Amino acid sequence: MKILTGNDLKSGAVVWWDGAGWSLHVNDAVDVGDDADTIAASEEAARRVNVPYAIEATRDDNGVRPAHIKDRVRALGPTVRPDLTLKPTQPEALDWIV
Amino acid sequence: MYKYDNYDQQMVDTRVEEFRDQAKRRLEGKITEDQFKPLRLMNGLYLQLHAYMLRVAIPYGTLNGAQMHALADIADKYDRGYGHFTTRQNIQYNWIKLEEAGDLLADLAKVEMHAIQTSGNCIRNISSDHFAGAARDELVDPRPYAELLRQWSSFHPEFMYLPRKFKIAVIAAETDRAAMRLHDIGIQIVKNDSGEIGASFYVGGGMGRTPMIAPQIRDFVPLDQLVTYAEACLRVYNRYGRRDNKYKARIKILVHEMGAEEYTRQVEEEFAHMLGQGVEPPLAEIERLRPYFADPAFVDGPKTCDHSDPDFALWVDRNTNAHKHDSYVSAVISLKPVGGIPGDATAEQMHLMADLAKEYSFDELRVMHTQNIVLPHVAISDLHALWTKLEAAGLGSPNLDTIEDIIACPGLDYCSLANARSIPLAQKISERFAASGKTGELGQLKLKISGCINACGHHHAGHIGILGVDKKGVENYQLSLGGSEAEDVALAKITGRGFDEAGVINAVETVTDVYLGAREDGERFLDTYRRIGMTPFKEALYD
Repeated sequence: MKILTGNDLKSGAVVWWDGAGWSLHVNDAVDVGDDADTIAASEEAARRVNVPYAIEATRDDNGVRPAHIKDRVRALGPTVRPDLTLKPTQPEALDWIV
Repeated sequence: MYKYDNYDQQMVDTRVEEFRDQAKRRLEGKITEDQFKPLRLMNGLYLQLHAYMLRVAIPYGTLNGAQMHALADIADKYDRGYGHFTTRQNIQYNWIKLEEAGDLLADLAKVEMHAIQTSGNCIRNISSDHFAGAARDELVDPRPYAELLRQWSSFHPEFMYLPRKFKIAVIAAETDRAAMRLHDIGIQIVKNDSGEIGASFYVGGGMGRTPMIAPQIRDFVPLDQLVTYAEACLRVYNRYGRRDNKYKARIKILVHEMGAEEYTRQVEEEFAHMLGQGVEPPLAEIERLRPYFADPAFVDGPKTCDHSDPDFALWVDRNTNAHKHDSYVSAVISLKPVGGIPGDATAEQMHLMADLAKEYSFDELRVMHTQNIVLPHVAISDLHALWTKLEAAGLGSPNLDTIEDIIACPGLDYCSLANARSIPLAQKISERFAASGKTGELGQLKLKISGCINACGHHHAGHIGILGVDKKGVENYQLSLGGSEAEDVALAKITGRGFDEAGVINAVETVTDVYLGAREDGERFLDTYRRIGMTPFKEALYD
């Protein structure tokens, strides 16, 4: 599947296109198919996201997993600071990145 | 240290308001990201993996207690309670919000700091010897010259759009503690046969994807012509440096392709032309700057201290440097606790270091390019009290220049350019060697890790260097040996095929075992490598 990601313009936070808006959680990401460029252009023009781009990902029972490690780091947070990730009470969640 | 005059302060304050307006227009949609990006980069604001990242300039790594307190307050107020000291003596914050960046810069300006020219194709923060003004082996304090160059290069209209970024280092000792010859321009303040002080110029060094050691192009430039000569070097680069290919745009490529002899000839021609115009700053300007770097009021005192506590003795042995006043030393605060993140400091630790600087070091601190902090002027009689407080705060690691004192770039944990993580490797290697008890036995061993070919972790200059690469989406690490950033400068050579994370940690232990088995009396790892060559290490790694 192809999903859309970018950064929140004001905060810089990593965000994912959930079909209706932008979510902090990669599991909310939806397959944008061939619409990535159209959505990216309109959302960037509306200043709801900064520098959006499409990436490859897969979805299984555990949720959405970006294909590249860089986007998995973006999705969860720095592997060396579990306390600053989106799952601060679950350091084992970092295994998902690698 | 240097104090802003009204002109400096007004310039920085004006820039803050200018950026505040630019950010406001971006947030209001009046300018696009393509229009805004070069503006934010000129103010040190990047967009990294997780958020905006701000790089704050610390001129030649020198700052006072109030500035360190302000950096701590910024970490608490605008970031997530910590900052990252970098390999160019700066500090970076990883979680900045665009909507707050203007306020942050205004807070910085209140303590005479800014983030200007910490990005972009301009002359970056001037770096220097972290023991400047304190080291027993220096000829003079290099910082007045670094400050002169800082003022000359700040907002210099001719050099704001160079072919590529440009880094200058200034030292004034035979011992190179600033990786001087791995800079675009390295300047060593020297004395000639007539006893006059001047500058020796090395041009065209650098790391990155094409590492080069800068050749010397002039052995002596009179001090009042220092800036003019630097300007001539920049002019030739600005005229002929490649702008069509960013990977070939650094001055090192120009000097290499043009040839050092021809490059030098053109610089000398330009220099002669400029001298005829009388554009060099007057010597009086250097004399105006020098008092800002005058020695503090040193007091004679004990020249030794009680070393009966072995932990304290080890820290003194490893983490202090000889001072020009024999009742003092420079003390290094390690930001490399075993298993820690190299260069990271919490706001609480920054406040403590600022307090300790005020109490024990005439209110002065330095940032090392090796991502540690220096208290430059500590009375020997105060060393035990200082160490006790550092120990209590987890800042007393006795590991300067050991295999636990690892340089690591932010890597794939933070950096959008990185291909692999650097920090976890540093953590695991320091844990491995601390647990094995080999750290002391290995002596001086500089290990440097970069998460991509841009080499922010200085892996080319490591006695042992590690480069993280992307191998079909999986992190892989190349090992290299034999580099040095010091006066015995050398570029490391790759051992062979790469390793996965666990494999490269084992490989580091393997090469240290080869060293321990082969070394002769007094040899560092680097000395043994140079004597026996790569072959024994490769055989141990791959056969």
